[in-house]
Amino acid sequence: MIRKTVDNVQEALEGVKDGMTFMLGGFGLCGIPENAISELVRLVIKDITCISNNAGVDDFGLGLLLQKHQIKKMIASYVGENKEFERQMLTGEMEVELTPQGTLAQKCQAAQGGFPAFYTPAGYGTEVAEGKETREFNGKMYVLEEAFKADFSFVKAWKGDEAGNLIFKGTARNFNPCMCGSAKITVAEVEELVPAGELDPNEIHIPGIFVQRIFQGKDYEKRIEQKTVRKHN
Amino acid sequence: MLDKNGIARRIAKEVKNGYYVNLGIGIPTLVANFVRDDIDVEFQSENGILGMGPFPFEGEEDADLINAGKQTITALPGASFFDSATSFAMIRGRHVDLTILGAMEVAENGDIANWKIPGKMVKGMGGAMDLVASAENIIVAMMHTNRAGESKLLKRCSLPLTGVGCVTKIVTNLAVLEVTSNGFLLKERAPGVTVEEIRNATEGVLVVEGEVPEMED
Repeated sequence: MIRKTVDNVQEALEGVKDGMTFMLGGFGLCGIPENAISELVRLVIKDITCISNNAGVDDFGLGLLLQKHQIKKMIASYVGENKEFERQMLTGEMEVELTPQGTLAQKCQAAQGGFPAFYTPAGYGTEVAEGKETREFNGKMYVLEEAFKADFSFVKAWKGDEAGNLIFKGTARNFNPCMCGSAKITVAEVEELVPAGELDPNEIHIPGIFVQRIFQGKDYEKRIEQKTVRKHN
Repeated sequence: MLDKNGIARRIAKEVKNGYYVNLGIGIPTLVANFVRDDIDVEFQSENGILGMGPFPFEGEEDADLINAGKQTITALPGASFFDSATSFAMIRGRHVDLTILGAMEVAENGDIANWKIPGKMVKGMGGAMDLVASAENIIVAMMHTNRAGESKLLKRCSLPLTGVGCVTKIVTNLAVLEVTSNGFLLKERAPGVTVEEIRNATEGVLVVEGEVPEMED
């Protein structure tokens, strides 16, 4: 067994530097790497390029990095819930590259699987396709999109073991598996870290080969963005 | 004239037995409330669930179980969870049968704009560009005119496009229309709405063939 465990978030983030490109898992505030984000704030890493589906809310998730002006460029599909984000975008303080959600996921997946680029129909005929190669296949037009290149991936899983194997829960899975093995170093934080052999190999979502460092996360807030409920009858 | 629930109720009739359906945010979300019990359907939310159920009961909400609108939801028996790349493989690979989404503008050639108002609103396209570029069957749910009373059914979209030539059907508070090579074909009128009223609220070409029926309840 190849051990991937590190003792804490400080060790897990060793080597992060100003100006690097990071992938961060999560959809809205669901399944975000809370511990890694806090540590990036504490280390005051600056000029970051962030690849993440959303940009958090004003006081949580990637919003914490925005508050401290640590993000130079944001690559995301939807950024609607964050006023500070909108302000920094409109004043030009931060560069923003809006990318269709499926394309964003596939640009991560392509990096994981060694594809330099792929064709997708998403965005054809729109400003997303401007300056990109287009091509017809079977009578339909497609846009050439390139795989992401990133220095670190920060992902959050439900359970993980010493070998770096991961299991996700519910819709907290989202972009996390796609970002594993998609950067030079993948750092996984988990709610429950167990010894090798405790997870059933049949149930593993992401094999440890895609993960370089894994640690037991702590103090998860798991904030709900929109609590919607129904009444009993 | 229909209200938002009326639009959702009319669209629910387009949901057929055995369909996998993706619902957008807003009026489309309401469609789930009006699908008949004898229709077997599974709702997909692009953040990673098939078999999405209703909102949870108070106290049973789970931060790890949300829909694409970031609302807490439940999973029905037979549901599955998956990652974002798999989710869009379902969409891009045309395994999802029907997409219902909102729009700011639709053009008579089927173009749709719903993600950006330059200088005013820039929230992003989310999954909308993937959905409209891939789905064979796209129904737009929207009001016929905007708050200023201007038509949202246009000759050409004025806002940045989400997708080109992709919308097949539109259900508004006034009418049911299909996008054809000749323009917007008027299929049904909302209760109490005349063809003339629909024509006045439609900037693009409105095709009227014979007597246009009123929507059945």
